[in-house]
Amino acid sequence: MPTSSPFAGLFGKSPFPAMQEQMRVVQQCAELAIPLFEALQREDRESLLAIKERIFELEHEADTIKNEIRSRLPKSLFMPVDRRDLLDILNAQDNIADAVQDVAELLALPKMKLPAALLDGLVAYVETNVDAVKQCGDVINELDELLEMGFRGRAADRVEDMVARLGEIESETDSQGEALLEALFDHEDELKPLSVLLSYKLIELIGGVANYAEDVGDRLRLLIAR
Amino acid sequence: MEFAAVYIGLAIIFGLYMTWGVGANDVANAMGTSVGSGAITVKKAILIAAIFEFAGAVLAGGNVTSTIRKSIIDPAFVPSPEILIYGMLSALLASGVWLMVATHFGWPVSTTHTIVGSLVGFATVGLGVEAVAWGEVGRIVASWLVSPLIGGTIAFLMTMSLRRFILDTDEPLANAKRYGPVYIFFMGVLIALVTLFKGLVHLDLELSAWASLGVALVIGLLIASVGKALIAKVRVDPEAERDFHYASVEKVFAPLCVFTACSMAFAHGSNDVANGIGPLAAVVTIVRTQSVTQTSALPIWILLLGGAGIVVGLATMGYRVMQTIGKRITELTPSRGFCAELSAAATVVVASRLGLPVSTTHIIVGAVLGVGFAGGIAAIDLRVIARIVASWIITLPIGAALAAFFFFFFRGLFL
Repeated sequence: MPTSSPFAGLFGKSPFPAMQEQMRVVQQCAELAIPLFEALQREDRESLLAIKERIFELEHEADTIKNEIRSRLPKSLFMPVDRRDLLDILNAQDNIADAVQDVAELLALPKMKLPAALLDGLVAYVETNVDAVKQCGDVINELDELLEMGFRGRAADRVEDMVARLGEIESETDSQGEALLEALFDHEDELKPLSVLLSYKLIELIGGVANYAEDVGDRLRLLIAR
Repeated sequence: MEFAAVYIGLAIIFGLYMTWGVGANDVANAMGTSVGSGAITVKKAILIAAIFEFAGAVLAGGNVTSTIRKSIIDPAFVPSPEILIYGMLSALLASGVWLMVATHFGWPVSTTHTIVGSLVGFATVGLGVEAVAWGEVGRIVASWLVSPLIGGTIAFLMTMSLRRFILDTDEPLANAKRYGPVYIFFMGVLIALVTLFKGLVHLDLELSAWASLGVALVIGLLIASVGKALIAKVRVDPEAERDFHYASVEKVFAPLCVFTACSMAFAHGSNDVANGIGPLAAVVTIVRTQSVTQTSALPIWILLLGGAGIVVGLATMGYRVMQTIGKRITELTPSRGFCAELSAAATVVVASRLGLPVSTTHIIVGAVLGVGFAGGIAAIDLRVIARIVASWIITLPIGAALAAFFFFFFRGLFL
């Protein structure tokens, strides 16, 4: 005789732990951007490619988790938050990893070299972007606390504050990005056209990382506001 | 009466068969939240169930038993005592069989719906439509619709109040220790009061209203102080707190869930065991008095028998169902299990006291939904709710048809 129980079936699998797991993978992926730049600076092509490989792996892993969550989030699930909003957050998290992957792809181009004048600024810029992702990871880590409180109350207030801080970090990356663009103008004449083009592209791509991190935070805030 | 011993013997066997089914399947659902939240182990749950199902059946099972055996069929339309005996035997057998078939396929049926459906089925076929006390049946069916709503509403309010007084405060742990015992105090008082207040007649123990209240308050205080002692040890666990800020608070609710599990087992015993022993009691009374109209006190050995059936069901199969639940429900925290179970137990106990055979499974599902509506549960599968409603609807005609079939069989056999 099977020992099934309708009662056990009542509880669907919570998507929140898996979302946090995906965010952890995304964060790991983003944190690799720093050693990636360092490898490029050292002109250590071997490690550069190894790190790029690892970033691609992590991005793929994040993708897999995303698809798993999606496939087991049927419309028949009754959740404290809107299913559509959760899926949007999931996508936003995934976008962060995609952005990191684009950066890695560009840096791994065989003849890619960073203009010496932009170097320090770029490294700082990357670090701030990674900080934004870390902050975003901390925010997503609060999902259990939000659930415990039904997405209201003190837990919600704390998350609001954390998201606000995430916004500040993102603004910081914006100003760093602008400063880098100005520096690029200043040194335009010393650089080859392709180098200018690629540097511009790189600044844009790196900035995307913090943008998407902020996007995750904003969407989470939307979840609370409802 | 010819075959008197046979009738009683069959009634005992079928009654045991049905209460075995209740113990094998239903108990696990009733106590699923506390096991599922990890607050109590399967072993503890079995132990609690064995003691409190039994206590619930013996102490508070009288009213529902009485409804099942006396109120659904109008005795004025019963031509001879034998006919009613066949009917009660068929209802029991039909319920036992359907319960077992449904358990086999994992369908979430309710013992209550089965027995009421069977009784109505037998009465309609064997005695005529007018023999069914439709007013009473209507009241019972209404209680099936209303009771999950009430359980859900209480659970919703409980979840909100837990948040207001404990979780969403500056000192959740201290407040959990402060207010946790208050919740179980009220639980203890409610259950004791409902049970004591004119409820122990069949045990020759009748207390006045004031005495009942006094005893209930003492029991409540006793339970609250035991609970307070149990949770006093809980300390902040910095390691667990880092990952989950409410880890220590949840640890306060784990011991408190022992009390809700006891309450639930008691409530379940008072309601569902009575379903099984109601027809048995009816057969015994009819055989003894040779009449369908005379009422006699419910013999205590029948209640004991029902309690024993449940415990055997638990020991032989119920523990496996319980284990499945413990493994499958991983998303429930003790505080949620606490809210759901406490609300369900309160609802079932009050319904039992009113003599309403409600469905424990439906009420606990209602309570879980209530917690869910308060935003407390990550994901509830609504398809399962649909399945439960479907089983609820299908059980009535099947119980009725089976009972009608067995009725003709018994009548052919004995007449």
